[in-house]
Amino acid sequence: MASHGIKDQVAIIGMGCTPFREHWDKGTDDLLIDAATAAFASAGVAKADVDAFWLGTASSGMSGLTLSQPLKLEGKPVTRVENFCATGSEALRQASYAVASGAYDMAMAIGVEKIKDSGYQGLNPASAPHDGTKRNLTAAAMYSLVLPAYAARYGVDTDELRMVVAKIAEKNHRNGALNPLAQFRREMPAEKICEMAPVAGRLSVFDCSGVADGSAAAIVVRAEDALRYCDAPLYIKALAFVSGTGGGLIDPDYDYTTFPECEMAGAGAYRQAGIDDPRSALAMAEVHDCFTPTEMVLMEDLGFCERGTAWKEVLAGTFERNGDMPVNTDGGLKAFGHPVGASGLRMHYECWLQLRGQAGDNRQIDLSTRNLGLVHNLGGYPGEMVSFVSILGSELG
Amino acid sequence: MRGIIGFGGYVPYRRLDRSAITAVMGRGGGRGTRSVASYDEDTTTMGVEAARLALRPVDAEPRALWFATADPAYLEKTNATAIHAALRLDASVGALDFGGAVRSGIGALRTALDAKGPTLVVAADIRGGLPAGADEAAGGDGAAAFLVGTTDDGPVVAELLGSASATEEFVDRWRQPGSPSTGQWEERFGETRYSPLAAWAWKEALGVAGIQAGDVDTTVVTGVHGRAVKRVAGQLGVRRVADDLGAAVGNTGTAHPGLLLANELEQAEPGQTIAVVMLADGVEVLVLRATEALASHPPALAVADQITAGAEVSYATFLQWREMIQVQPPNRPEPTRPSSSAAARARDWKYGFVGSRGAESGMLHLPPARVSIRPEDKLDAMDPAPMADVGATVATFTIDRLVYSVSPPVVFAVVDFDGGGRLPVEMTDVDPDAVRIGQRVEMTFRRLYEAAGIYNYFWKARPAR
Repeated sequence: MASHGIKDQVAIIGMGCTPFREHWDKGTDDLLIDAATAAFASAGVAKADVDAFWLGTASSGMSGLTLSQPLKLEGKPVTRVENFCATGSEALRQASYAVASGAYDMAMAIGVEKIKDSGYQGLNPASAPHDGTKRNLTAAAMYSLVLPAYAARYGVDTDELRMVVAKIAEKNHRNGALNPLAQFRREMPAEKICEMAPVAGRLSVFDCSGVADGSAAAIVVRAEDALRYCDAPLYIKALAFVSGTGGGLIDPDYDYTTFPECEMAGAGAYRQAGIDDPRSALAMAEVHDCFTPTEMVLMEDLGFCERGTAWKEVLAGTFERNGDMPVNTDGGLKAFGHPVGASGLRMHYECWLQLRGQAGDNRQIDLSTRNLGLVHNLGGYPGEMVSFVSILGSELG
Repeated sequence: MRGIIGFGGYVPYRRLDRSAITAVMGRGGGRGTRSVASYDEDTTTMGVEAARLALRPVDAEPRALWFATADPAYLEKTNATAIHAALRLDASVGALDFGGAVRSGIGALRTALDAKGPTLVVAADIRGGLPAGADEAAGGDGAAAFLVGTTDDGPVVAELLGSASATEEFVDRWRQPGSPSTGQWEERFGETRYSPLAAWAWKEALGVAGIQAGDVDTTVVTGVHGRAVKRVAGQLGVRRVADDLGAAVGNTGTAHPGLLLANELEQAEPGQTIAVVMLADGVEVLVLRATEALASHPPALAVADQITAGAEVSYATFLQWREMIQVQPPNRPEPTRPSSSAAARARDWKYGFVGSRGAESGMLHLPPARVSIRPEDKLDAMDPAPMADVGATVATFTIDRLVYSVSPPVVFAVVDFDGGGRLPVEMTDVDPDAVRIGQRVEMTFRRLYEAAGIYNYFWKARPAR
């Protein structure tokens, strides 16, 4: 009984990603067609070459028909998956396992979300019939609980900590400003964010991820076949997933300064990939910055720094694009917005560009000493969440 | 000996300063304050709070529950059943509504005093009227509850000496279902009806009790007709007329005779005689005598203490809560109605606030769970954990200015219960800038929201009183 992983058994041979925008002129079908077409072109294959499809969407459609109808897929299996904000990454995980198992030679993982047709601001997922006792609280408010808890546990001044997380937003917007696919292309100084009115706890609107429509796709084959399609494939080193017990909500020992599901998913991924020290092994990480305190805590949960030190590392610039441990080099959820089903694959798309040296002169990170990338998602709330972590690399071994 | 075994009055936390009405409307209002049910309270939830206070100091369990209000949350559906569920009464305890009329509160109490078996009588009301009108200012919101029974059921703290009832049909005050205001006939007419009816019923009740008016220590006189109440109070020939709480609370209608009686019982000495005279479409009279048992019956929370603890609500907020003005809701989807079948399965949790505790670990699960988060507990090896009366402390909190609420912002706290256990839960009766880590809280039964005509009841935390 063990989680063995599929290190170096599966490779990504092509990816596509739409701009993340308020796509008033594009529907779910258009976004899927655009991302899939880009991925087919990237891999140099036709849609008929792909044997099976995994479609991730949280609420923009149900069943495989959501993909097979707009793409007019003939006689192909399409599986719709949903796993909160890790939905896109979950599609990749399932497609990769399908290929690794030998069931299919080539599979596509595609994620999409058409958020902006709801008529409301923010994410408003529909709920199953319920007994009426569930919490009525925004995700922003739940994640706002992290700030005072972290300040208390590590003795950090709350005003200083507020500035620290604003610096995270500033960094991600600075990265996004250089990225043509990002929703927000303007820089946003931390001082300005701190001056904004709070919407939940001490968090302002700019401490929250944006809201956008988008789609992204990846095509995977067994690693041994990868070079037939692609000069520079991206090998999957680890795919880890943890779905929590929800115990944090009712456990008085839980203190809102850590996300144990993310720590476990990270540890599982490092085991699969054979990584002992992530900080020295990883060239970059794309993490789920749904709210600014989330990214701060993740730096510790994913082992990029010691407990209680992430706030100092943020101020020291460690996670800047040219820092020692670049995080969210594409701009993250902050600059891209968060089309739930697409975000995970968008983050893999950034690894696809960066780890293969194709991010462009003004964005490319240094790969001279390290060549692995990490993608992380979480979905849910502090105390009850799912978490995904993958590790990718451009070389076998 | 039959009488009152337990009693409790409930005054909601908010107060409207009557001068705030005058300041906005240019008329209406007056001096003093009135009590205001919060946006998340209705007569059912206030009834639960009064009943919890009445039952807390007593061991006896009711065999019947009668709920009276002139402002029922539901028609057609019994409201007493939600109170029944919140109190976790046995299914064999019948729950009935005495609906519609202000008189039904005192009527249910007198009927219970004449009935058999321990009977819980709950009366609640939300009183108001159109802006700047007399009823808006003079009304109040509140509830009262009495456990009525004999000495076989438990120590009787106030014995019934006598009662009387006089009925006459005349249209003095009236309101059609759904109407926001009450009509009233020319005042001097009602006065001529009530005065002789009261004189007759008073004499009758004293005769049954075998005492004279001068033997009564305190007399509660209240009713739906202010002018007649004043006149009757003057004609009874009693030593002391009880404070009608008009200056701080206002007239709580169906609940008012009970609220005033509870307030008097909280201050009475054993042996004292207390009478209640209620003018509403006739007259109801009760004559009670406090027993020795009253001395060893500390109230769970005195009415006077609840009055002192209130905090102001602005007139604009009051009008919004009473749906007298409509305000722009946040641009978020409205909540969906709770599923009746899901709610029924979760009855003990949703209405009774009963969690479960791992038999081995003692770990509290809210909501109750079949599988424990502690590995030492076996499947389905959990004990029920009633938590409604367990105190808690705020571990951390936040203010949510984005989420849909009838009265934003939402104050939300993670609370740790005494003896172990935690729940992230909405807070109420609290100002956002007054929440503190370490603050003591208690659970209160509230209406979370209404959707598709269904009221969604559940529990919130409020600052400990």
